Amino acid sequence: MSVLKKLAASAAMAAAMFATPAFAQDDVRIALVVKALGIGFFEAAAEGAEEAAAELGNVEIIYTGPTDTTAEGQIEVINALIAQNVDAIAVSSNDTDALVPALQRAMQRGITVISWDSGVAPEGRQLHLNPSSNPLIGNMIIKLAADHLPDGGEVALLSATTTSTNQNIWIDEMMAVMGDYPGIEVVATVYGDDLADKSYREATGLMQTYPELDAIIAPTSVGIVAAAQAVVDAGKVGEVNVTGLGLPSEMAGAIESGASQSFAIWNPIDLGYSATMLAYELSQNGAVAEPGAEIPMGRMGSLTLDENNEGAMADPFVYDASNIDQFKSIF
Amino acid sequence: MSRLIPVRETILAAAILVLLLLISSRFAGFIAPSNLANVFNDTAPLIILALGQMVVILTRCIDLSVAANLALTGMVVAMINVAMPGLPIPVILAVAVLLGAVMGAVNGILVWKLSIPPIVVTLGTMTIFRGIIFLISDGKWVNSHEMSPAFTAFPRMELLGLPVLSWAAIITIILFGIMMARTQFGRSIFAVGGNPHAAVYTGIDVGRTQFWAFVVSGALAGLTGYLWVSRFAVAYVDIAGGFELEVVAACVIGGISIAGGIGSVGGAVLGAIFLGVVKNALPVVNISPFWQLAISGSAILIAVAFNSRSGRTKGRIILKSAEATQ
Repeated sequence: MSVLKKLAASAAMAAAMFATPAFAQDDVRIALVVKALGIGFFEAAAEGAEEAAAELGNVEIIYTGPTDTTAEGQIEVINALIAQNVDAIAVSSNDTDALVPALQRAMQRGITVISWDSGVAPEGRQLHLNPSSNPLIGNMIIKLAADHLPDGGEVALLSATTTSTNQNIWIDEMMAVMGDYPGIEVVATVYGDDLADKSYREATGLMQTYPELDAIIAPTSVGIVAAAQAVVDAGKVGEVNVTGLGLPSEMAGAIESGASQSFAIWNPIDLGYSATMLAYELSQNGAVAEPGAEIPMGRMGSLTLDENNEGAMADPFVYDASNIDQFKSIF
Repeated sequence: MSRLIPVRETILAAAILVLLLLISSRFAGFIAPSNLANVFNDTAPLIILALGQMVVILTRCIDLSVAANLALTGMVVAMINVAMPGLPIPVILAVAVLLGAVMGAVNGILVWKLSIPPIVVTLGTMTIFRGIIFLISDGKWVNSHEMSPAFTAFPRMELLGLPVLSWAAIITIILFGIMMARTQFGRSIFAVGGNPHAAVYTGIDVGRTQFWAFVVSGALAGLTGYLWVSRFAVAYVDIAGGFELEVVAACVIGGISIAGGIGSVGGAVLGAIFLGVVKNALPVVNISPFWQLAISGSAILIAVAFNSRSGRTKGRIILKSAEATQ
């Protein structure tokens, strides 16, 4: 599958390098430029883009990117796409600023440019699609715990380091919505420093200090895996539910053992789908990317842009026993 | 040497007891025997590595690459396990120890044959080993569901009430006790560190002894690599990041002189246990995480200050007794 896609992408690039005009056809050509080829996350995003293309009918997806995660490689790819005169470029960038000149040149030629997942500076794109937003993530991590605690209970947070910006923002956002979850009490916040052994020890400590603990929320991929292992080793599977943010490939074991009922992270398929839909709307349906605009993106609803022309796609996607097998091989 | 009750170790053991009492006043469950067994089990990797490091430090060297060696061996055995899930655990253990020993031998050869200062050699190999992990793994994780059940179950298997991980530490302690006190290698390590020039005159090859010290340290790091990865059921580039400093700290707290030649198995073990108790106690005694690092650091400094003072008096006593016998 991925080999075929790589071949297709290289073929597209080769064609672009020769600037063959014979490529011109009626289909709307949307280029999905990723950080690097061969990464499961982006392969899944390309799958979502193909889904959107099938739904729209007259769209051809060009899935491409450099072979390693460099800005130079992406600039080459973008230049090739400009020569090929595609209709839209949706890019997950390796560098916020380095791609701006190339992308500005693309926009001057009338090519729609959006960024998704990893953004570029506002002057280099029309809009940026974030997989989620801090308030949505903050709400999701407590919701994941609360959904399995209908009668309320004690939860504890296992974060990365005391100075991790992302985690601190998410925890603040979580605390802000605690009022929506009556009966749920946050008893402690501990820090595993994103080290497997320290996170494990902190999780073990939490279970000792709070024997009635019902859930550990770890909004960090190292912490959530370590906490799940600590729960298994303490024989508390079923008593303490580990949840938070993690990757399906890393959490498959924890879901299998029952230490984690569910966890969340962005869904790359939805992300690729939404990016394609947005690119199509801007390029073909005359949607304008401006602060406050609401741009439809098919089954994912619509994207509302803020003052920086950025928007959040959706709540983080919830992974549990029902869908883990599908995603664990993807990313 | 032949004193029945070594002063340094007794003081450290007393400090650990006082620490346990202090902790139990805030969290009574900590000194329950089952929890103490858990603390020992959690400290087992540190004990094993501290013993390896002790041998190296005794010969006036230092091995900063142990944590990277651990991580690389762990990644290799994890990848072997994914590729060949049926491979029996004894083979995995042999691979881990052998691979670790080879990496230790690389350090040893560079120190022995090229006479590069050990701190420089191991600083370099530390980075190289981490780099190799990145190369062989592509930066990807090996996760628990990819490992075979036997692979992750081994360190947890209980023998006579203690997990295999704890037994690994106990057996290492016993072997090292015998090696340091009863073998030619053990005595030559003390000789090399105590007075290298004198050691040469007694027919001990200083470089060769240092080489073997690195091999021992590497082999133990390899063994710990497997135990670590199977215990936490995950292998990635950064596992045990910064652990080498904890290992050196355990040795220093245990009274192993950084200048070489002075130290004991009991000291290294108690030093590791001291750090293990502190690390396991901090999460349960409700101390702000912002204070935890400062507290760990102060504990190390206090212990070292204590040790260097007791070390000084010890030196004078030896001289006096030597004078007295003349």
